[in-house]
Amino acid sequence: MTERLTVPKTHKLFIGGRFPRSESGRSFIVTDSKRRFLANAALASRKDARDAVVAARKAFPGWSGATAYNRGQVLYRVAELLEGRRRQFVDEVIAAEGLTSKHAQEVVGASIDRWISYAGWSDKIAQIDGAANPVSGPYFDFSVPEPTGVVAIVAPQKSALLGLVSVLAPVIVTGCTAVVLASESRPLPAVTLSEVLATSDVPAGVVNVLSGHTEEVAPWLAAHMDVNAVDLTGAPIQLAADLERSAAENLKRVLRPPVDGEPDWTGESDVDRIRFVLETKTVWHPIGI
Amino acid sequence: MTSTPCLARAGLGEVTASDSSLRRFLHGLPGVDEVAAEARAAMLATRSIKADAKQFALELPIRMIDLTTLEGRDTTGKVATLCAKARQPEPSDPDVPPVAAVCVYPDLVSEARRCLEGSGVKVASVATGFPSGRTSLAVKVHDTMDAIDAGADEVDMVIDRAAFFVGRYRQIFDEIRAVKQACGQLHLKVILETGELATYDNVRRASWLAMLAGADFIKTSTGKVSPAATLPVTLVMLEAVRDFRDATGRQVGVKPAGGIRTAKDAIRYLVLVNETAGPDWLDPAWFRFGASSLLNDLLMQRQRMHTGRYAGPDYFTVD
Amino acid sequence: MRFDYAPAPQPTDFVDLDASYGLFVGGEFVDPVDGRRFKSVSPSSEQVLAEVAEAGAEDVDRAVATARQAYDAVWSKLPGLERGKYLFRIARIIAERARELAVLESLDNGKPIRESRDVDIPLVAAHFFYYAGWADKLPHAGLGTHPRSLGVAGQVIPWNFPLLMLAWKVAPALACGNTVVLKPAETTSLTALRFAEICQQAELPPGVVNIVTGAGETGRTLVTHPGVNKVAFTGSTEVGRSIAQSVAGTDKKVTLELGGKAANVIFDDAPIDQAVEGIVNGIFFNQGHVCCAGSRLLVQESVYEDVLAGLKRRMGTLRVGDPLDKNTDIGAINSPQQLEKIRLMSEVGEAEGARRWSPACPLPERGYWFPPTVFTGVSQAHRIAREEIFGPVLSVLTFRTPDEAIEKANNTPYGLSAGVWTEKGSRIFWMAQRLRAGVVWANTFNRLDPASPFGGYRESGYGREGGRHGLTAYLRTGQEAGQ
Repeated sequence: MTERLTVPKTHKLFIGGRFPRSESGRSFIVTDSKRRFLANAALASRKDARDAVVAARKAFPGWSGATAYNRGQVLYRVAELLEGRRRQFVDEVIAAEGLTSKHAQEVVGASIDRWISYAGWSDKIAQIDGAANPVSGPYFDFSVPEPTGVVAIVAPQKSALLGLVSVLAPVIVTGCTAVVLASESRPLPAVTLSEVLATSDVPAGVVNVLSGHTEEVAPWLAAHMDVNAVDLTGAPIQLAADLERSAAENLKRVLRPPVDGEPDWTGESDVDRIRFVLETKTVWHPIGI
Repeated sequence: MTSTPCLARAGLGEVTASDSSLRRFLHGLPGVDEVAAEARAAMLATRSIKADAKQFALELPIRMIDLTTLEGRDTTGKVATLCAKARQPEPSDPDVPPVAAVCVYPDLVSEARRCLEGSGVKVASVATGFPSGRTSLAVKVHDTMDAIDAGADEVDMVIDRAAFFVGRYRQIFDEIRAVKQACGQLHLKVILETGELATYDNVRRASWLAMLAGADFIKTSTGKVSPAATLPVTLVMLEAVRDFRDATGRQVGVKPAGGIRTAKDAIRYLVLVNETAGPDWLDPAWFRFGASSLLNDLLMQRQRMHTGRYAGPDYFTVD
Repeated sequence: MRFDYAPAPQPTDFVDLDASYGLFVGGEFVDPVDGRRFKSVSPSSEQVLAEVAEAGAEDVDRAVATARQAYDAVWSKLPGLERGKYLFRIARIIAERARELAVLESLDNGKPIRESRDVDIPLVAAHFFYYAGWADKLPHAGLGTHPRSLGVAGQVIPWNFPLLMLAWKVAPALACGNTVVLKPAETTSLTALRFAEICQQAELPPGVVNIVTGAGETGRTLVTHPGVNKVAFTGSTEVGRSIAQSVAGTDKKVTLELGGKAANVIFDDAPIDQAVEGIVNGIFFNQGHVCCAGSRLLVQESVYEDVLAGLKRRMGTLRVGDPLDKNTDIGAINSPQQLEKIRLMSEVGEAEGARRWSPACPLPERGYWFPPTVFTGVSQAHRIAREEIFGPVLSVLTFRTPDEAIEKANNTPYGLSAGVWTEKGSRIFWMAQRLRAGVVWANTFNRLDPASPFGGYRESGYGREGGRHGLTAYLRTGQEAGQ
């Protein structure tokens, strides 16, 4: 009796709720931490980036228009689905990051919990970041946070799952939509995460995931005139400066990479990551009879 | 403004046919934002009037005053002294023009008439159950006829505010029409009692209702309710007469009454007229002040302009 | 006789100006190293008001070093309450000297005294008063328990609200514990220099506020200076963009308050008379030199004729002329360059086929003037509907449905402000939710308050000024602060 031949997965991009190959037809080899072959991943091109931005823009009105409660439910549901695929993610994290099984389990657990934590922010952030402003006149004046729009994210290079979740969840919980450029050398957990998102209640286009070369794709996202913000957390320092310069063209909000290098992501959820993709809208109305 | 096409489409007859058609029309008028209206009036109050313009702005209000006494204890003696003041506000300076009118209760009209004979100063009488307006239409018309018979040139009637608040617009319309009919060619001023109407939306609606019914003037107040005339209320009424003329071609006058005591106040009203309804209304035929103590302050400020000294009240007659 | 008010000039004799001003560095006025100076001209009379120093690179160096020293040695160590007390002092002195500041602002900027007296200067004092109170309450601002100051702030401000923009920058910076090097616009340095004297009167520790006058090059030197930790800029999107580029790869925190092309949306159920006031205030306030000006009027077609008639009638009462006349509604255009830009854009509007209208209004012979102007028959494709003119020029467009209004209002790369006029409450919120702009004025326009956050979406910049949100720009917060 021969051992059953397994069916390997084709790792594709995730754009607008669909899983296309790169329009360029290219792929690249992804290896594990010991440089053994893992898979061929789709090598995203600038046109894939463009398509992803279009998908994210298209999804923005619906997602930002959903109630905060609804978005919280949707994010919570992502955690539920991740929990169900725990083993798969543990294996992928081990393969991608070379962690011990125990460590990988902790990382996957933390990644699931991160979704839970950010899910809870959905209907809280407006209460801590909004305000009733006591202006000196007969006006009711209030400020509310609103999602800035389409956010391009250069995901952390080392932490392929927890790092990714830690930068993605705070963006979409606000109602923003995201184009994520996955860790260049460790993209597979991101691809699997997109499979989870596709079957979750996250609407198509809210999260779009690209795998490929950061230096090739990130500049197109940073320069794209229909992107409102870029999170450069996973960008190498020198590239990040160039990306920030391109981002200035349409005054994108820019989150620079951490100066001390990539953190271990074990800290708590970071409300400033939510604030980064929020605009404050102030509304005035007279008070009279 | 939006009333123009609305009126043109509907026609006066249809608009005024019933309570409900009047309601549709009056409630279809653009709203008034209180805060912005008051801000506009306050901004205009900062206009600074100097030199020749100030001289003009001190003399014109004298000619616009309806010198008023409306007290229960008014006697013929009181009215006689008031009339003397009306004819010749400043005995030492014959250049000071007489006021526009003397305004009294109906029973004192004949005395006023007698005292003002040949002066050109008009006699105005309040009527229609002043100040509350709570009598039957027959009594209101009778009250008006009394005043007219006694020699009144102008009639200041009050509207039935209770009818306004319960939406009996047609009743108010009919009453104004009946009183106007009684007045004939005589000037009818319709008092809205804006202090009771409470909102600028109501002031605008009441203004239009009165104008539709034939008012020659719309007047803010009886002087018996606080607040009486204010700048923003007058602003809203000036907008109404401006828009009414645009819509119908007929010009209606405005009379703020009560609470206007200083020359500074009067100048602010003139600025309001100038920049809202426009210079066409800067005439005693189209704008009046219902006031009494205002006159002396105008005289004092006028003297200050002429002499360069601040004036003292003892140098002006107190009638 | 016409009631024409006669001139009502504000006396100016109590405003003394020096012939020449130095830079304010380390608590005193110093000469610029290379001795260069430029003239500050009154735009209403074209008279030279004073000479002002032009700070070069060495001067900026010195100012930044002084600010650093004051930060390290004094200001960062001072308890919040003490910082607040200095700001309270400044607020009080501004109130005491309000009329002098208003007159100087109108002389130097060209804005009507009515506005500098009733809007600018009271808001300046209020802004210092507001942020003074925050200085000892920063741990309660919801930005982490120990928010830390950033260091030296390099601030560059525009000429449209010279002293008010200074207040918007300096007050929160100081309240949060930073020291400041500020560069006023080259055409409007004088009130900033007067503010320097106020800092002296308030005995603010030397070096906490430094003022370097000069033009674009001085500003560039300041924002790119490596000793600056924070850059705050208000001005054009073009310059904002270059600042955003220049700080790339640094750890400078940046806030930008840039241009706008605000839609002012009038529905058919609006309070029309007040809406007309709002339109006028929206575009003719401060000669239209307002980043949040309501420069695109969107009128629902069913009331288009009425609104336009009302607007034209109202524009006919606007009084253009001497900024120091208390009855002036529209003053002088700030500079010949700006006047040229407004003229050019107006010619473009005509060339594009829009209909141009201005009321008959005599303009003074000397000085820089532009009549209040309205363009009708404008479409979204016209440049005058897309580009910021920054002058008293209104473009009128129409719409039929709320969706169409939103679509047109948001069809711009800017997103600073917007207006909506309707008496229907639910529609106000529907509109406010969909307008992509940092400030939405419903049934009002161009209201500002120190307690109210102000700032843009998209190419109108980032960060907020005013209110609790305004503190974020000057603090290291949360994980940033190592918490």
